[in-house]
Amino acid sequence: MYDWPLWEVFIRARGGLDHRHAGSVHAPDAHMALRHARDTYTRRLEGVSIWVVRSSDIVASDPAQDYSMFEPAASKIYRHPTFYVLPEAVDHM
Amino acid sequence: MEYSLFRALTQLGDDSLILGQRLCEWCGHGPTIEVDLGLSNLALDLIGQATMLLDYAGELEGGGRDADALAFHRNAEQFANCLLAEQPNGDFARTVVRHLLFATYASALYEALTASPDARLAEIAAKAVKELRYHADFAADWAERLGDGTEESRARMAEALDWHWRFVNDLFHDDRDWAACAARGLVPLRQSLRYGFERDVSAILERAGLALPRKVWPIVGGRSGQHSEHLSVLLATMQVLPRAHPEAVW
Repeated sequence: MYDWPLWEVFIRARGGLDHRHAGSVHAPDAHMALRHARDTYTRRLEGVSIWVVRSSDIVASDPAQDYSMFEPAASKIYRHPTFYVLPEAVDHM
Repeated sequence: MEYSLFRALTQLGDDSLILGQRLCEWCGHGPTIEVDLGLSNLALDLIGQATMLLDYAGELEGGGRDADALAFHRNAEQFANCLLAEQPNGDFARTVVRHLLFATYASALYEALTASPDARLAEIAAKAVKELRYHADFAADWAERLGDGTEESRARMAEALDWHWRFVNDLFHDDRDWAACAARGLVPLRQSLRYGFERDVSAILERAGLALPRKVWPIVGGRSGQHSEHLSVLLATMQVLPRAHPEAVW
């Protein structure tokens, strides 16, 4: 049991919402990972659907590369659509 | 008073209560945190069922006893649970086999009880059967993995099966009160579920590389209050607080 791989758990709270990361569980295989996710993260009616994926199958960005990965976007406020003048009738957009 | 139905409900409620209390003993001791939580979930399902069943039993009895009074203020010989439910947790294999046998039996039983002409019982059964199907599934999963796992896990499963199989006759025993309810169509005869039980358990054991024991042990007694020595010890732990402080409230 000490060599069980780690699985990331994603839960859809209600129909129509996206699956969101809830946490992780250890399990020997996908089937047991779903069972453990159900037992660990949906005990209080938190979800209607569960995804699990092997943590090692997730490709993640390198935190050491943050500056070149994300900082260039910081100075480009023109990418936000905040410069349009909206008609008065449109309250929320 | 509907005495036979009161007794039948007590049998059902006590099965859930005692097995639930047993599973609670795993809390903090499970093989992993995920399995620990899983076992606690099963325990809480069972205690929820026990509360509904024993509350109903108490109402039928008409003596002012509710589920708490029945759970905490009866002695071992007044409990009507099956012998299987009170067996000690042992190792994880024993707990898995106990649960496999109980939940396979109980999910078939409660499935039948959803059609009971007693509306209150049918309603309780409708809730319980969903839980118990998950219990049966949970136990079958582990039975297959442990039976088909390492040499040690297989040996432990075989030992666990030997230990618990002695109590299957008691599990399916239709005592006088249960049979009286069955005659009125309120509950199915337990014996009528036995063939399906052996077929289902046998299929799971086959996938686990284990065989259904052939020996039939003629042991009964749980329904009439003749329990193994393990029940008194369980009750001592479960009942100590309400007995020492009968007026205590949360």
